[in-house]
Amino acid sequence: MDAIVFPAVVLGPLLPTLIVLAAGALVLALDLGPRFLPRELPAVTALGGMIGALLATLARWGTPGRAFRDMVVLDSYALFFNVIICYSGALIVLLSMDYLRRTGSDSAEYYALVLFATAGMMLLAAAGDLVVVFLALELMSLSLYVLAGLFKRELASGEAAMKYFLLGAFASSFLLYGIALIYGAAGTTNLDRIATAMAARPRDPLFVIGLGLMLVGFGFKISSVPFHMWVPDVYQGAPTSVTALIATGSKAGAFAALIRVLAVTLRGVPPDWTALLWAVAVVTMTVGNLVAIAQSNLKRMLAYSSIAHVGYMLVGLVAGGTGGTGAVLFYLLTYTFTTAGAFGVITLCERARVEAVEVGDYAGLARRHPVLAAALGIFLLSLIGIPPLAGFVGKFYVFGAAVRAGYVWLAVIGVLNSAVAAYYYLRVVVFMYMREPEGAATAYAPSFAGSLALTIALLAIVLLGVMPAPFVDLAQAAVAPLLR
Amino acid sequence: MIPLLSLVTFLPGAAGLALLFVPRRSVGVLRVASLAVTVVTFVLSLPLYVGFDPEIIGYQFEENRRWMPTLGAAYHVGIDGISLLLVLLTTFLMPLALASAWGVIEDRFKEFVATMLILETGMLGVFVSLDLFLFYVFWEAMLIPMYFVIGVWGGPNRIYAAVKFVLYTMVGSVLMLIAILALYYQYGAATERYTFDVPVLAQYVMAPGLGQDLMFLAFALAFAIKVPLFPFHTWLPDAHVEAPTAGSVVLAGVLLKMGTYGFLRFCLPFFPDASLAFGPLVWALAVTGIIYGAWVSTVQPDMKKLVAYSSVSHLGFVMLGIFTLNQQGVTGGLIQMVNHGLSTGALFLMVGMIYERRHSRLIADFGGLWRVVPAFSALFLVVVLSSLGLPGLNGFVGEFLILVGAFQRSPWLAALATSGVIFAAVYLLWMYQRVIFGDITHEANRRLRDLTTREWAVLVPVVTLIVWIGVYPAAFIGKTETTIEALIAQVQAKASASR
Repeated sequence: MDAIVFPAVVLGPLLPTLIVLAAGALVLALDLGPRFLPRELPAVTALGGMIGALLATLARWGTPGRAFRDMVVLDSYALFFNVIICYSGALIVLLSMDYLRRTGSDSAEYYALVLFATAGMMLLAAAGDLVVVFLALELMSLSLYVLAGLFKRELASGEAAMKYFLLGAFASSFLLYGIALIYGAAGTTNLDRIATAMAARPRDPLFVIGLGLMLVGFGFKISSVPFHMWVPDVYQGAPTSVTALIATGSKAGAFAALIRVLAVTLRGVPPDWTALLWAVAVVTMTVGNLVAIAQSNLKRMLAYSSIAHVGYMLVGLVAGGTGGTGAVLFYLLTYTFTTAGAFGVITLCERARVEAVEVGDYAGLARRHPVLAAALGIFLLSLIGIPPLAGFVGKFYVFGAAVRAGYVWLAVIGVLNSAVAAYYYLRVVVFMYMREPEGAATAYAPSFAGSLALTIALLAIVLLGVMPAPFVDLAQAAVAPLLR
Repeated sequence: MIPLLSLVTFLPGAAGLALLFVPRRSVGVLRVASLAVTVVTFVLSLPLYVGFDPEIIGYQFEENRRWMPTLGAAYHVGIDGISLLLVLLTTFLMPLALASAWGVIEDRFKEFVATMLILETGMLGVFVSLDLFLFYVFWEAMLIPMYFVIGVWGGPNRIYAAVKFVLYTMVGSVLMLIAILALYYQYGAATERYTFDVPVLAQYVMAPGLGQDLMFLAFALAFAIKVPLFPFHTWLPDAHVEAPTAGSVVLAGVLLKMGTYGFLRFCLPFFPDASLAFGPLVWALAVTGIIYGAWVSTVQPDMKKLVAYSSVSHLGFVMLGIFTLNQQGVTGGLIQMVNHGLSTGALFLMVGMIYERRHSRLIADFGGLWRVVPAFSALFLVVVLSSLGLPGLNGFVGEFLILVGAFQRSPWLAALATSGVIFAAVYLLWMYQRVIFGDITHEANRRLRDLTTREWAVLVPVVTLIVWIGVYPAAFIGKTETTIEALIAQVQAKASASR
């Protein structure tokens, strides 16, 4: 029997994740500290953790590293996702500060859980082994389940948490079973070694079924149709800041793992999966957009619209190659800023002491709070894909990759979908700018941190819209090594 | 070297954003500043006209800067004889449109002027872009300010009209985006050079066949909706009737020209075989639009709606002229684009002036205005005659050239189109007669004010230009001859080369 060899402990590739985890532990420790500490301390610590992780990520740019026998791979791909996730986390912390105080749910655990969830997302992006994928996914998901139920006294929040947890656990078990089958087929859980082992027999039924089950699990996490049923209720019921995190960071993390698993393990496999992904992409964007039309609750509408955006990203995945996959990464970047911004505006609006979530609540907003209305308007225009905003460029590259790869009809379905989407996004604009409020008017709940978050998001989507090329090049450079 | 074209293009939009920081109550400042910006823009665009060398084939005042080298998109702008006239038309109409809104639009005036100025940048950008990516950015971006102009400052049914306008145009333009991408990748695959540069792509000889046909149709759909070519015109009456006067002027004067411009700039040189193949279909739709638009105009009880439908008819002439693909027809089409901008713009302005006085646009509510507002009636007559194509005024020049061009293609085509000229006389003169002549039928009309100084100032420039083009069209046609000759030669050469 071979002696068990422990791999050398190299923490460098884990550094960004560790910073976030340390910040989470610090937040919890500070909560036990004396009462005279300022109330903002947990939030500021969390923000510090996010910024620290971002800086660590930027510092490691260009120096890929592997650790723990390739279980953690901090390549430029993971670093790119780290940037998305750190920004998403930081924006959410900023948006939460005054929002939580207003809703009476301010607590250190919240920030600790946000940090743990963020750490899970970053680990997902760097996972080179299916076991790490599962661990990271659970770290992220369990934190988010608790966060979704943060408003303990509200039925909807409890329902959201319950639904998210039950369906999420179900999806995780699919994923786990899939991992087990793949291990059975390949004899390893390491992605690179799976690829080598399966290159000779890509149609091994165990492997194919295992991969299919994993796709179900990922489909749930990225909320693609038909695994999207939880999305509207969870997005609507969860606290809006948590919704923003679920919609941006968790989606980015899940996409990161999905793309890596697909790209690496299927490296030598003929593209049988594309037909399946093609169909999922079409159904996802069409269902998301059509159902979004009928929504009167803004959070629910954004939930369905986020499903549609997953459909667009899957178009990029179908197109594949550096062009298509790189476009998905760039799309996630633009989508994160835009969606975090749109949910951010909701956290800053209240009506009669209650959060303003109905589309009707936004009637006449432009007259009383022109800046806030303009901000939400710009986020929505970017979600439609109006140039020169970031959302347009994201769609441009995704559909461009599809056209290049010969999926012209998929691209046509995609752009027609985005024309449909214009209808429901513009409906909010119609309410804000072209109608007068009925009853109590929606008021702006002033928040410096929230305004700062919105400003960052706005600047980002304008910058990414006008000068996208460097970022697209980075995204494409990030995926290139994966696809070799 | 001053980047004149960029200056003209971006000055209004930048000023519009700056005006957002002016306090809401300083309406006077906003009025004067916005008007000054558009007048300065117009003055800055005059050197374009003066300095434009009509002998040169190709683009002038070009600027080509790196933007996204890895994608092959650049900031490339420039004008030829076609875009020159449309740029001038835009910069000319904007001050008039803004001045017409003084005192009429009071709600959120600051946002209104800012939106209009941003809209001007969007429209100018469409006309000067020589890069498909840049063009598409402007093409889509200008939808939003127009959407706000209709939806915020429009009439009672404005929201419906605004949403219809955006959705209609968007469906067309997203398909064009796919065609742009397909063209880009096809050219890239064929030449190993990926670029959105319009002059470069225009040199590319594409094999005729299904691919070219589909790309042509995708481009053509986007442009046909914008023109609007029958049967894609149904958004137009709604948008025009609901839009405020200034919006209607811009919509009719400039926005619709973006569609016809697109045919000239992209469809013909990029897809010559498809353009020739689908030519007869376009003729049929254009002539249908001419006659249908005229007939529907005849029975409109609302003056604004009448003018809106007359646009469908007039733009049918423009489309017919462009797709005759001969020198007279295309020149006529281009001149008619300018003419329609002037005369229909003026018609909308004057209908708006009546509406401000009486809060009605129904023909039945008027009669005998000649005695009450003689100056208005006289100018209105000039504009109406220009719109129906009376010799000596601008409309005649364009329609005549188009009909000459169409006659060379098919005498029957010309005959059918000519009936549109007759119908135009019917609906316009009949409307004029019922509104201006006869007895005063409504007491409310007895106390109407005649033109104010501001209204004189708005109308005199238009009427001057109407007469000028009518009497001496060479001043404008002369600038475009070489461009159009080269365009037609290019289309013919590419079409025969690909066969």
